Amino acid sequence: MALVKASNKSCAVNPLKMSQPIGGAFAFMGLRGAMPVLHGSQGCTSFGLTLFVRHFKEAVPLQTTAMSEVATVLGGYENLEQAILNIYGRAKPKIVGICSTGVTETNGDDVDAYLKLIRDKHPQLAKFPLVYVSTPDFKGAFQDGWEKAVVRIVEALVEGPGVSGLRDPSKVNVLPGCHLTPGDLDELRAILEDFGLRPSFLPDLAGSLDGHIPDEFMPTTTGGIGIDEIASMGRAQWTIAIGAQMRRAAEVLQAKAGVPFRLFERLCGLDPNDEFITFLSEISGRPVPVKYRRQRGQLTDAMLDAHFHIGGRRVAIAAEPDLLFDLSSMLHDMGAQVTAAVTTTQSVVIERVKTEEVLIGDLDDLEELARTKQCDLLITHSHGRQAAARLKIPFYRAGFPMFDRLGAGHQLSVGYRGTRDMLFDIANLVIADREENHQPTPDSWRAPPQPPRRAGHSSLGTAERSIA
Amino acid sequence: MSSLAARVQNIFDEPGCAKNGSKSEAERRKGCTKQLQPGSAAGGCAFDGAKIALQPFTDVAHLVHGPIACEGNSWDNRGSVSSGLNLWRTAFTTDLNETDIVFGGEQRLCKAIKEVIDKWDPTAIFVYQTCIPAMIGDDIDAVCKAASQRFGKPVIPINSPGFVGSKNLGNKLAGEALLEHVIGTQEPNYTTPYDINLIGEYNLSGELWQVKPLLDELGIRILSCISGDGKYREVASSHRARAAMLVCSKSMINVARRMKERYGIPFFEGAFYGIHDSSDSLRQIARLLVERGAPKELLGRTDAVIAREEARAWAAIEPYKPRFKGKKALLITGGVKSWSVVAALQEAGLELVGTSVKKSTREDKERIKELMGRDAHMIEDMTPREMYRMLKEAEADIMLSGGKSQFVALKAAMPWIDINQERCHAYLGYVGMIKLVEEIDKSLSNPMWEQLRQPAPWQVLAKAMVQMRSPLAEIACDPALGETARRAKEICLCNKVDLGTIEDAITAHGLISVEAVRKHTNAFGGCCNRRIEGLLAASPSVLPQAAE
Repeated sequence: MALVKASNKSCAVNPLKMSQPIGGAFAFMGLRGAMPVLHGSQGCTSFGLTLFVRHFKEAVPLQTTAMSEVATVLGGYENLEQAILNIYGRAKPKIVGICSTGVTETNGDDVDAYLKLIRDKHPQLAKFPLVYVSTPDFKGAFQDGWEKAVVRIVEALVEGPGVSGLRDPSKVNVLPGCHLTPGDLDELRAILEDFGLRPSFLPDLAGSLDGHIPDEFMPTTTGGIGIDEIASMGRAQWTIAIGAQMRRAAEVLQAKAGVPFRLFERLCGLDPNDEFITFLSEISGRPVPVKYRRQRGQLTDAMLDAHFHIGGRRVAIAAEPDLLFDLSSMLHDMGAQVTAAVTTTQSVVIERVKTEEVLIGDLDDLEELARTKQCDLLITHSHGRQAAARLKIPFYRAGFPMFDRLGAGHQLSVGYRGTRDMLFDIANLVIADREENHQPTPDSWRAPPQPPRRAGHSSLGTAERSIA
Repeated sequence: MSSLAARVQNIFDEPGCAKNGSKSEAERRKGCTKQLQPGSAAGGCAFDGAKIALQPFTDVAHLVHGPIACEGNSWDNRGSVSSGLNLWRTAFTTDLNETDIVFGGEQRLCKAIKEVIDKWDPTAIFVYQTCIPAMIGDDIDAVCKAASQRFGKPVIPINSPGFVGSKNLGNKLAGEALLEHVIGTQEPNYTTPYDINLIGEYNLSGELWQVKPLLDELGIRILSCISGDGKYREVASSHRARAAMLVCSKSMINVARRMKERYGIPFFEGAFYGIHDSSDSLRQIARLLVERGAPKELLGRTDAVIAREEARAWAAIEPYKPRFKGKKALLITGGVKSWSVVAALQEAGLELVGTSVKKSTREDKERIKELMGRDAHMIEDMTPREMYRMLKEAEADIMLSGGKSQFVALKAAMPWIDINQERCHAYLGYVGMIKLVEEIDKSLSNPMWEQLRQPAPWQVLAKAMVQMRSPLAEIACDPALGETARRAKEICLCNKVDLGTIEDAITAHGLISVEAVRKHTNAFGGCCNRRIEGLLAASPSVLPQAAE
C-alpha cells in the first residue's frame, strides 16, 4: 500500500497536470463527425488545440465559444447559441460535444438550461445530439475530463436493448481510458476480432487520430465511433472497461441497458494479459488462437532479455493515475523499483501503486524526488525532458502530451505484443545511456563499486524477513 | 493606477499604427480587434499574447496566476533560445482550485511568490493575470507591490487576462507592463554611441544569432532585446539606447512609440527576413545612430559589410534559381512576415500564387502590391478547405505557413515548410535566407511526395480484381460467353427479338428480305427495319443459301 500525499506547495512548478476541459474534448474526438467545443475564452481552446496538434501531428477539430470580457459578465448564452449555429451550419457535424471551462463555471453559466432554450428556439437542433459536460479547469485533471465526458455520452446516446430484450452475442463494448493510444485501440480491436467478437470502442480514437489521410478535407473528426453505433451499444453482450477511470461509464451503461461489464485496470504486462485473453476465450467460447500463444512466448522471452537492464533500476515516474498504475506495476513486475511516483488527481488505484509514497504534485516534485532518491530512469510525458537533461538520466516518454518525438499515437502498451515492444524500448534506452554516459575510463576504474541494487519494492520486505 | 479597461482603450488609440491612424474617431473607439466569432475562432487569447511577448526574458520567473489550464496546457511551447539561463523555461503556476475560487486566490499568489524566490532566487518575477482571478477580483497589482517591497525584488504584474481580447492585444498589454514597471528603473553600467534596442524580436530557434555577429562586427551593441534572449537588467536600462528597431511591428509598436516620446529614442520598423530587408535594416540602424551622434564613418563600414554579405548570399542562392523555375508557393502567415517573406522568396526565383494578409496593416498590403504587382492574390481569410483545394489542384507546389495549417498541406501530399514560431530552423538575415532556400529545395525535390501521391499497389490490384469479376471481363475471357452475349443483343426493341433469333431464322430459311424475316420471327420491322437490312447484307452465309 502506497501512502498518498498531496503537495502542500502554493506554486505548481513545471506542471504535470493538464486541465479537465481538454480531457473532455479529447473524448469527443473519438466520435465520428464530431466537433468538440470549449465553452470559454478562445485561449482555452487555442492552448488545447496546440497541445493535441503537437502530440498527434494531425489536424484536430476543436472550437470555442470565444467568451469575451463582456460576455463573461452578461452570461454566455448568446456565445453558445452562436457557436452551435455556426458549427451546425458550417462544419455540418453529426454531434457537438460541449465542455465548460473555468471561466464559464466561475460565472455560473447553466449550460443545460441554455441548450434547452437553444433547442426550443431552433427547431433544426431539436433532435440534434448536443452533449454537454461540466469540466471546470480548477478541479480534477485531464483524466477526469475524459471520464466525465464518456459518462455523459453513454447517458445521452446509448439506447436500451429494445423491447425484445435480445442481445447480440458477438457484440462487445470497449470503454478505453485516455491513457491508451490509437495504436493500443487497434491492437485491442485485432485481438477481439480474432476471437470472433465485434467490438464497439467508445471513444474510438483509433478511427479518428490514427494518422490516416482522408480523401477530402473535413472540419470535423474523420473517423471514430458513429452515433448509431453508440446507440446500439445497449444490445451488446458484454462491456470491457480498461482503466479504473472507466468504471463509472461502465456502471452507467449497465444501469441503462443491462449490459454486464468487466473492468481491466491494467493491460500492460504478462499477468493482466493472461487474464484478458482468458476472459475473451470464455465470453466468445473459442480457444485462444495460435497467434496469441506465440505472442505470449515472445513476451516471456522479451522479459527474460530485458530484466538484465530493467531489473534494479530506480524509476521515477509521473503520469495520470491509470497510466501510472499500469506502467509502474509492469516495471515492478520486471524487478525495477518505483522510487518516485507523482500523479495528477485522486483515484482508487494510486494507493495500490507498488511504492512507498505517491505524491499528487508536479514535475518539479518529480525532479526533486528523483534527485534525492538517486533515480536512474525517468518516465513521464514530454515535459519531463528538461528534468531528464538536468538529472542526466535516461528518459522514456509516456502519456500525453508527447510533442518532441514522432509516433505518439502508435506507441503500444497493451497486449502481449505491446508489452514486448515497450520492454525493448525501455531496455534499449538504458543500454544506450550506459554506452554513452557510463563507459569506464582510466580515471573511473578505481571508483568504488555501486551499492548493490535491490529489485522490486515489496520483495525487499520479504527478503529481509526471510533473512531474519 | 489606470484600470485595465482604460489601458486597453489607450492601446487601441495608437498613433504609431498606420491602420489606426486612418480610422474615424468612432471606429477607433471600437478598438482594432475584430469581434470574435463563437464557433469559428482559432487564435490565442490576450494572456497567450502577453506570455509570448515576455516569456523569452531568460532570467525572469514567469508565474501564471490561474487554474491549471492556462499554464498546464501551454508551457514550454516556444522555440526561443537563451544564451545563458534557462529559468524562463521552468513553468510556475498557482494552479487555483475550487477553494481558491470561493475564497480568493491572493493569499496563494503571495505564498507562491515566496516559494519561487526562496527556491530559485530569480532576478525578477512576472505575475500573469488570467480570466478566473480577474473575475473573482484578485488584485494582482496590489499583491505584486506588496511582494516587491517585502522581498526587495521586482515583482511585476502583467495584467492581461485572456478574455479581454486577442493575442495581439496581449502583446501590447505586456508592452504596457514593461513601460509602466520595468523600463527606466535601472541604469546600464556604461553606454556607447552604438547602443540599440531590438523590440519585438524573440530569438526563435536562435535566429537573432544569425544577425548579431554582423552587428558585433560593426561595433553596434544590442543594449536590450525585447524580449529574445533578454535579461531583466537589460530591459530595465533600455531607456539609454540611442536608437531602436521595431522588428515585429504588430506586437509591440506601443513600446517603441512610448520610448520615443519618453526618452527620445528614434525607431524604425524593419525586418531581417530576406536579403533586401536585412540590408535596409542595417543601413537604417547605422543612419539612426549617426543622426544621434555616432561617428559618420559607421555608414561606410555598414555599406561595406552589406556589399560583402549580399554578394555571398546571391552567390549561394544562384544555383537554386533554375531548380525553382516555374514552382509556385502559397504563403499563409501574418503581419510583417507576409511582405518580407514575399520579397525573400521572389529573390530565390519562386512564383508566389498567394499570400495571406489577415494580420497585415494597410502599409504591409501596399508593400505586397509593390512586390507582387497590382493583381497580387491577397488572401484576407482563407479557410483550410480552400487551402487544401489550391494545393490539391496544384495551383501551388509548396505551402509556407505556421504549424496549425500544416496538415492541410501534408494531407494533400504537398510540401510544406514551417515559418512561424514553432519552426526548427532559423531564417534570419543573409545566412537565414540561404537556409530557407535550402529547406524549400530539400522539400520540393524530395522523391517521397511522388510516392505519397501514388495509390498503394494493392489498391491497384484490388481494382483489377473487381474488374475481373465484372461480367464484361468474363465475356472477354470466354469465347462461348462472348458469343452468347453477342447474340443476346436486342434488334427489335418493340417486340424484344434478339440478334441470335434473327440470325438463326436467316440461316435456317435463307431469308433475303426484311419482309421474310418479319414473317419467320416476331420482329416488327418498323424502327428496326434498317438494322435487319444491315444483318441481311452482312450475313455472307445468307447468299449461298439463297442461291440454292
